[in-house]
This record gives sequence, structure tokens and C-alpha cells, in this order.
Amino acid sequence: MSSQKHPPVVDWATDFDHTDSEWVADPYPIWDELRRTCPVAHSDRYGGTWLPVRHEDVAAVAYDTEHFTSRSVVVSEIRPGPDDPPAPIGLAPPITSDPPFHAVARRLLLPAFSPKAIAALEPLTRDLCRELLDATDGQAEIDAAVDYARHIPLRVIIGMLGFPQEDADIFRRFVRMVLEDVDQSEEERQELIVAGEIDEYIDARIAEHQAEPRNDLTTYLLEAELDGNKLELDHVRGTMILLMIAGIDTTWSAIGASLWHLAQHPDDRKRLATDPGLMPSAVEELLRAYAPVTMARLVAEDFELHGCPMKEGDWLLLPFPSANRDPEMFPDADEVILDRAENRHAAFGLGIHRCVGSNLARMELRVALEEWLRRHPAFELIDPSAVTWSAGQVRGPRTLPVRILG
Amino acid sequence: MHVHVDRERCQGHNRCYALAPELFDVDDLGNSFELNDGVVPPGLEEKARLAVANCPERAISMSE
Ligand code: HEM
Ligand code: SF4
Repeated sequence: MSSQKHPPVVDWATDFDHTDSEWVADPYPIWDELRRTCPVAHSDRYGGTWLPVRHEDVAAVAYDTEHFTSRSVVVSEIRPGPDDPPAPIGLAPPITSDPPFHAVARRLLLPAFSPKAIAALEPLTRDLCRELLDATDGQAEIDAAVDYARHIPLRVIIGMLGFPQEDADIFRRFVRMVLEDVDQSEEERQELIVAGEIDEYIDARIAEHQAEPRNDLTTYLLEAELDGNKLELDHVRGTMILLMIAGIDTTWSAIGASLWHLAQHPDDRKRLATDPGLMPSAVEELLRAYAPVTMARLVAEDFELHGCPMKEGDWLLLPFPSANRDPEMFPDADEVILDRAENRHAAFGLGIHRCVGSNLARMELRVALEEWLRRHPAFELIDPSAVTWSAGQVRGPRTLPVRILG
Repeated sequence: MHVHVDRERCQGHNRCYALAPELFDVDDLGNSFELNDGVVPPGLEEKARLAVANCPERAISMSE
């Protein structure tokens, strides 16, 4: 976890900070309170940031690509500068793209992540989960985040891109650098990122694939065409970085948070272990209740939301996890109901940026839970206070020590 | 009973296809469309209702 460089938050309605230790440990009471008292909060931190917490407002912003741009989706001390790729393309298409370019960049990726393409990866994913469980078999205590959850999406995406599995540690560091170290001064971040380490790494993999094309996502992107032209190398690189960054921490968080829940709720755990038919609705409910991803936008044009004067260039956090806990939308929103029948949750976003990887993430989460429960139907937290959570816009357990029972 | 997917609103969350593959299919991009001209065969009304109620984009409508 990054060190706390900002003063602790006292008033969440006027001075919130999503890297504050209170938010990191448990943001739900903060959002519940704001939903009742100040549904669009503001903070001067990070140069000015807004925070709508109701489902209705989160949806409205996600749908309004005119007043809100995706040019940068991670709130930090740095805003995109004059040297960064301009709208509507942005640094990492399609997540940082706006219409009309967004649809083009997104369309390229969709076939590789369609439900039918993803179904083909299920046996591999299952084998991988079993291997991880074999490696810890017989241990009375396991860190379910470190020894299990984090490896699954990492290895699957490395496999899809056709990168060497030995590079898993390098990937992990990149992801941390981009997503978790936001609570740093501008100079520190510049040092980490402008050093261009990620670009260099990717360019080396691209060169290998150019020399020897393969049947993987990297070759697919290199050979893909837009209007009869190959993609710009910057576009390919940006998209590959996006897939690494967007696919790994997120799914790791979803798997970890689900196991964290099951470790503390024996009834849910027993039901799920004995009734496989419950799995599809349970996966959606766990995604709703513990949605890991909060997105961000920059205000593109001055705009008023419920009387709040948003100015061009302000940040806006888009907390899908808070939308998913809105009692106006979900009865008993703070309760996990594994067979919840009506569940229009927004864990994967809303509107044109709907997570491209959602079918993959769902499959990984379902298979990871199925295999874990098959091997370890009974487990509990060793010490609830030993669980640590990531800081930043992707939230999930980063250490999750559990005791295997019986 | 009929179901209809508004292709403009559908963003390919695939909830409908997962809940009611008898009523919906998805194209290569993962966007959904109704099967059988949207006619809901007897016995599948509840599945149709569930699909409508779970679409995050409110892209599915139901009519008699
Ligand atoms: C549980 C796991 C995941 C969650 C909760 C999640 C969540 C999200 C959310 C909320 C967005 C919307 C961004 C926005 O509105 O600006 C998004 C976009 C995206 N996600 Fe995921 N994601 C997950 C896993 C993955 C995986 C496994 C991949 C791919 C390997 C992936 C790739 C993407 C891409 C490419 C986008 C950009 C889509 C666009 O801008 O059109 N995600 N994700
Ligand atoms: S659930 Fe809605 S958005 Fe998702 S595929 Fe079906 S119609 Fe489209």
C-alpha cells in the first residue's frame, strides 16, 4: 500500500480522498452517508474532484460522453498534458477514447472477448486453478489473495497475449505502478512512468511477434486493420498495456473479495459448495456487492449536476461499487443475497465503455470459486485484521490469510 | 409474449444470453439479439422476465 502523503480526511462531503486509509479499509459507510446527505461530493484534492454516489447519477455521467471525457480514467496529481495523445484517442484505446474513435478501437477487441471466444478458455483456466491449489495442498493456512487469486487473471492474460509466463512478476509491478501508487507527488510518478519501462518491455514483445507471428492476441492486434491500414504502433502498445492493467488487478480483486466474503459467511459458503446451480446468480451478486472498480472522467465542458458547478478539467470519480449499493436500486443493498433474482448491477460499467473483459472476468471468477470450493469447502479468516486492501480505484484484498478447516 | 433487444442500447453485458439462451443469442462482437423473432415459447415467460430485469442497460423490452 502506498504511504499516506495527504492529510487524513475529516469531512467526506467537502474534502474526500479515495486514497485515505478510512476509504481504503471500508468505503461503504462513507458512500452510504454521502448518499443520504450529499450525493454529489466535492474535494479540492487532486486539483478538484467530484464524487456522485447514487446509481442514477453514476449512470447519467457514464452515459454522458459529451460533458465527460475518458481521456484520463485514473485520478492522480497528473492530468493529461499537451504532449499526451489528444482526444478522442487518448493513451490507451478504447478506455481512454471518446466517440467517435472509441467505437472503432473497441470493435477491434470485442471478438476476442465475446462469450463464445471466452468459453474456449475455460478448460485452461480450470487447469490453472487446480495447479495453484495443488501447490498449496496440505497447508493448514493459505494466503488466498497472494497464493491463489492473483495468479489466475495474470496467467490467463499473459497466455492470451502470448507473453512468457516467466514474466508474471514484471507484469505485477507494472500494474501496481499504474493503479496503486497514485498517492505520490507528481515528480515521483513522472520518474516511474516516463522512464518508459513499460513501453520498452511491450515493444520488445511486439518485435518478437513481428519477427514470428503467432496465434495470439498480440499478433491479432498487429495484423488488425482500420480502414485498410494497420494500427499505429502506439495504439497497439496502448491497448496491450490496457489489457494488462485492466484485466489483472480487477479480477484478482473480485476473486479475493468473494473468498473474503465466503470465509466469513459459513451459510453462504455451504450453500455455494453444495449447490452448483446457485453459482451464476452468486457470481453476479458477489460482483455487485464487492465491485472492485471505480472509474474516473475529466469534465470536458462546464456542466451542472444537481446544482454542482463542474468546471472543464475537474476530475470526477465514477464509483460503480457505490452505485451497486444504492438502496433505491437494490433492496437490502448492503446484504449479500446469493440468489438475488433481479440484479442490474454496474460492476462492469454502463454505456459505451462496458468492460470488454466482462465475459472473461466472470468466467475466471466462477471457475476460481468452483475449484476453490471443490478443494476447500470449509475455510475461515485467520485474523480479520490481517486482511489488507489495495489503495486506489481498484479495490480488493491484497493479503487474505485463511485457515483450511476439516 | 415477445422480447426485443434495442441494439442501440445493448452494450453486450451478456446477462440475457447467460440467463435465457433459449431466447437470446450473441453476435461475434458479443452484442445480443432475440431468437425466434422474439416470440417467448410457453414456459419461458419467467426467464424472459428475468432477462429484462437483469439487463444493466435496460435494453430489453417485453410485450404481449
Ligand atoms: C472483475 C473484473 C473486472 C471488472 C470489475 C472490470 C471493470 C471495468 C469497468 C467498470 C470498466 C468501464 C470503464 C469506464 O466506464 O470507463 C471496464 C472497462 C474495460 N475493461 Fe474491465 N473489468 C474487469 C476485468 C477485465 C478484464 C479481465 C479485461 C481484459 C483482459 C478487462 C478489460 C477492459 C477494457 C479493455 C475496458 C475498456 C472498455 C472500453 O473503454 O470500451 N477488464 N472494466
Ligand atoms: S443484458 Fe442487455 S446489454 Fe447485455 S447483452 Fe443482453 S441486452 Fe445487451
